[in-house]
Amino acid sequence: MTSAAPPGVVEHLFRHEAGRLSAALVRVLGPANLDLAEDVVQETLCHALEVWKMGRVPDNPAAWLRTVARNRALDLLRKERTRTRLSPQLSGLQDDLTPAVDAAFTEDSLRREQLRMMFACCDARLQPAVQVALVLKLLCGFGVDEVAHAFLASSAAIEKRLGRGKAALRRAGALGDLSSPQLTRRLEAVLDGLYLLFNEGYHGAHPELAIRAELCAEAIRLARLLTEDEATAQPRTFALLALFCLHAARLPGRADSQGALLPLEEQDRSAWDRPLAEEGMRWLARAASAPPTTLLLEAAIAAEHCLAPSFAETDWGAIVALYDALYAQHPTPVVALNRAIALGQLEGPERGLKELRELPGRDRLARYPFYAAALGELHLRAGHAAQAAEEFRRALRLARSPAERSYFQRKLAASGAT
Amino acid sequence: MADFLYVFRGGMSGTQHFSPEQMQKHMQAWGNWIGELSKRGQFKGGDPLDAGGKQVKGKKKTIVDGPFAEAKDLVGGYLLVTAENLDDAAELARGCPILEVEGSVEVRPIRKM
Repeated sequence: MTSAAPPGVVEHLFRHEAGRLSAALVRVLGPANLDLAEDVVQETLCHALEVWKMGRVPDNPAAWLRTVARNRALDLLRKERTRTRLSPQLSGLQDDLTPAVDAAFTEDSLRREQLRMMFACCDARLQPAVQVALVLKLLCGFGVDEVAHAFLASSAAIEKRLGRGKAALRRAGALGDLSSPQLTRRLEAVLDGLYLLFNEGYHGAHPELAIRAELCAEAIRLARLLTEDEATAQPRTFALLALFCLHAARLPGRADSQGALLPLEEQDRSAWDRPLAEEGMRWLARAASAPPTTLLLEAAIAAEHCLAPSFAETDWGAIVALYDALYAQHPTPVVALNRAIALGQLEGPERGLKELRELPGRDRLARYPFYAAALGELHLRAGHAAQAAEEFRRALRLARSPAERSYFQRKLAASGAT
Repeated sequence: MADFLYVFRGGMSGTQHFSPEQMQKHMQAWGNWIGELSKRGQFKGGDPLDAGGKQVKGKKKTIVDGPFAEAKDLVGGYLLVTAENLDDAAELARGCPILEVEGSVEVRPIRKM
């Protein structure tokens, strides 16, 4: 009758169903009633907790939650209709509510409504930080405190951020239709939003790797959702998902047992998530486009790292060529920096140093700790210990998180300085 | 061994503002606790109770809506367990997750025949 983890209660069931139910309820109740939709989700989950907690979990918990939410929505609509009914003739319409509400809770509709919600959250007119907060709250089912925790922000600040975002959603009146060409154009903004979410996990400042890995996992989940609808299953979506998978596959090797970040050459490649890397390769194969998008090139670079059996056997020639193509499309100082690092691997540290010293836009990297760290690294390999130490000290001063600080500290120690 | 009834009160208001993930964790904590009792053969049954209900009172047998207890006093469920003695039963109840959310467990020995 009871077991510690009922089979249907998969990891994050409540959180992920919260996202699905919110989207369906916004469909039924309208974006103007977003708060009401969120209340219904909360009531539904509370109800489930009370009924299930003593072991009576239904065979299909997700379907159970959807039925409860659907019934509650139907109740609300019927009450509203009764309240506003003007003439008895209209009462015949009462029955028309059920099919409309049911239609919002089919598997197909739940998927599409989540996508429409994703487009609404990733509206380019909203600040990026607002977009990501909305995605976490509405689509990933994070609580306000959890969003705040992930961003290392106060709950009050996140509450404010979400308030601004939700006000914009409410004003929008109706969420856009996926089939409209305008919305397809806006796919770019959605991909950008998910990229931000993933980056918050991958490069974010949060000291707990588990928290950051979860953000990456959510970005992957939502990107997979985009691949399931023909309107959004496009090569650029596949490229984004490929990039996510190929980066996230290497997350397990990125830190040592103390949580300190490890450089690529020191990572235990056997710890990498091979199935996820393989998934990334499959998406990459479907992502081909002419000309290649920046996402595709970034994914292809990540693939080179994933495929290399060891750091020494990395195909730096291919990586430099990919960075060349990437720089041609997206000439930023950070791309130039990464290209120079790869070139340093291909042609030796002196070549890398020359490249870095002449880096276009290097003045804009003055406060970027990894520019100094890259110089330090190449000096170290070229045998210039003193210069290496100087650069690592500079990186240390510019470090933005404890993880970065301890990373540069170790590099500084490796350069022979203390 | 003797039989005991656990009466759970309150706890609902403590979980109302939980995030979905917190709710799931809380539910898993219940599952772990009851699972542990089952494994030791001490769990005999139990149910959650709906918040609504009726009360039948007095010689006139009037039926009224209720209970209207305050949230913290509202009985939300019961469990039947077997334990060595009352102290043992109370000790076991200390593992109940309802205590994490401002609820309480009343432990009552069931009268023997």
